[in-house]
Amino acid sequence: MSNDIALRTDDLEVTYTGNREVTAVDGVSTEFAENKLTAIIGPSGCGKSTLLKALNRLHEIQPNAEITGEVYLGDEAIYDTDDPLPEIRRRVGYVPQTPTALPLSIYNNVAYGAKIHGDYSSEELDDLVESYLRKVNLWDEVKDRLDDPGAELSTGQIQRLCLARSLAVEPEVLLCDEVTSALDPISAEQVEETLEDLKEEYTIIMVTHSMDQAKRLADDVIFLYLGELVEANDTRSFFENPKHERTQEFVKGHTAVDYDDEPDEESVTDQQPVATR
Amino acid sequence: MGTATETDRSGGSNRLDRRLLLERLSSYWLVGAGLFAVALFGLIVLTLVQQSIPIVSEYSLFQMMTSSNWDPAADEFGFLPAIVGTIYVTVLSMAMGTPLAILAAIYIAEYAEGRTKVLVSSFIDVLAAIPSVIFGLVGLIVVVPFVGDYLAPAVGAHSIGLGIVTVSLVMAIIVTPFMISLSVESLEALPDELRESSLGVGATKWETIRTVLLRAAGPGIFSAILLGFGRVFGATIVPAMLIGGQTAIPESPFDAGETLPTLIVNDFGELMSIPLTQSALILVGLMLLVIVWIFNFGAMLVRRRLQRRWQY
Repeated sequence: MSNDIALRTDDLEVTYTGNREVTAVDGVSTEFAENKLTAIIGPSGCGKSTLLKALNRLHEIQPNAEITGEVYLGDEAIYDTDDPLPEIRRRVGYVPQTPTALPLSIYNNVAYGAKIHGDYSSEELDDLVESYLRKVNLWDEVKDRLDDPGAELSTGQIQRLCLARSLAVEPEVLLCDEVTSALDPISAEQVEETLEDLKEEYTIIMVTHSMDQAKRLADDVIFLYLGELVEANDTRSFFENPKHERTQEFVKGHTAVDYDDEPDEESVTDQQPVATR
Repeated sequence: MGTATETDRSGGSNRLDRRLLLERLSSYWLVGAGLFAVALFGLIVLTLVQQSIPIVSEYSLFQMMTSSNWDPAADEFGFLPAIVGTIYVTVLSMAMGTPLAILAAIYIAEYAEGRTKVLVSSFIDVLAAIPSVIFGLVGLIVVVPFVGDYLAPAVGAHSIGLGIVTVSLVMAIIVTPFMISLSVESLEALPDELRESSLGVGATKWETIRTVLLRAAGPGIFSAILLGFGRVFGATIVPAMLIGGQTAIPESPFDAGETLPTLIVNDFGELMSIPLTQSALILVGLMLLVIVWIFNFGAMLVRRRLQRRWQY
């Protein structure tokens, strides 16, 4: 990883203090290279989503989430900072696992963030919406129905719409939480192609359950197990020459997951089978 | 799997027959129970319609609804004062209650956390469960003097304390917790992904609520308001206790007046012996029923329509 670093975590620890205390992310220190796609992999409930959300402080909407350590965006700390939270989240965008159209028209789904952050004339806004819809390969499918509700699109289209919405505020980093897991294979492929195009320009950090997807898309891979970072490497070395014993097992598909230790927070949404099995 | 043990366990085809019979019977019972509810509604409407025929055949509906003279002894049946009173009370209560309900619902669903949230929302549930007659009593002790001695003089009106404004204040207090509960429910039913999607592009919490959440929960909140409307409209005991029973068209909201339900309750005992009065009161009941039903049905329609549009 010789490139510039877009995002770095330093001893990041997230604990949910609900009825029973669960440390979802346990002392993770790692780096995410600029303009590359980094995949975060690991078995269900190992803290992948929590780590991802901690990178732009989205986990804070959950009650009882406590965090220690720090995340640096470039050189700036995002926790110990005077920067307002919305500005941090604009710079580090987030696309959720479930394709989610805002209750707005297709057009306004894309323009939503841009309208909040800047003053655009309506022509500028038109151009912006078109360019980002083109960027996610959705323009041709929706150009005649921009005023229809976003929710009328197919789930695959909605997921690309979400990407467009996130990109339209010009983030430096894009966080994608298993963005293909809720999609049918064809839609998933389209989203993957879009991500493939996007990683030229953006730093993308993607949580995935699918080892194949990580192999296809990622430049770097981070392997989490029960909240701890086990191994981080470039994709090729990671899969061909895993150093850690646990990584070797996981890559081979023999993950010795102790499901009893699974944190509650993720078990509901995170139960898709690991694709390599 | 040996077939022998299977037959032994299941006890032959008898057992299956019995299970299937029960299955068929249970569907009959359940359909029957459902139809019973529908039939009950139909029966009530039919009774009311049938009983209000005498008055309608004697006087035109339009004439009764636009006449302000209610004097059954002289065969005068004007509903207008009650209609005006009902509209006054409904509009005033909703105008006071709705904004408060929406703001409180947003606070509880999106801002309150942990113990505060539990405390506030359980208090609101308790408020919603208090019988209206209690509100009527407290209204008599607290709101009546407040309106008569302070509020009315403050705006330069005269009031004996009992009247439309008093009823509206108390009805707003009664109906607000109900609307809050329903609105909180629809806000909390929204998926977290909506919040994450909006916050994730750098929107503030308030922008998220205003542009995304209120719109997505809109159908639920709107139907909560319409249900509240229906409740105020049909409210009986509090208006009967606090409105002052005046059978003339109120000149100001501080005047005493009557509503459709209070018209029925007040004249129910003494005047039911006159057949035509009974029929007139039943017609009022029918009107109430139809309007409340329209509100509830409208709430359902609007909810469906909006839901289909935004899919939440």
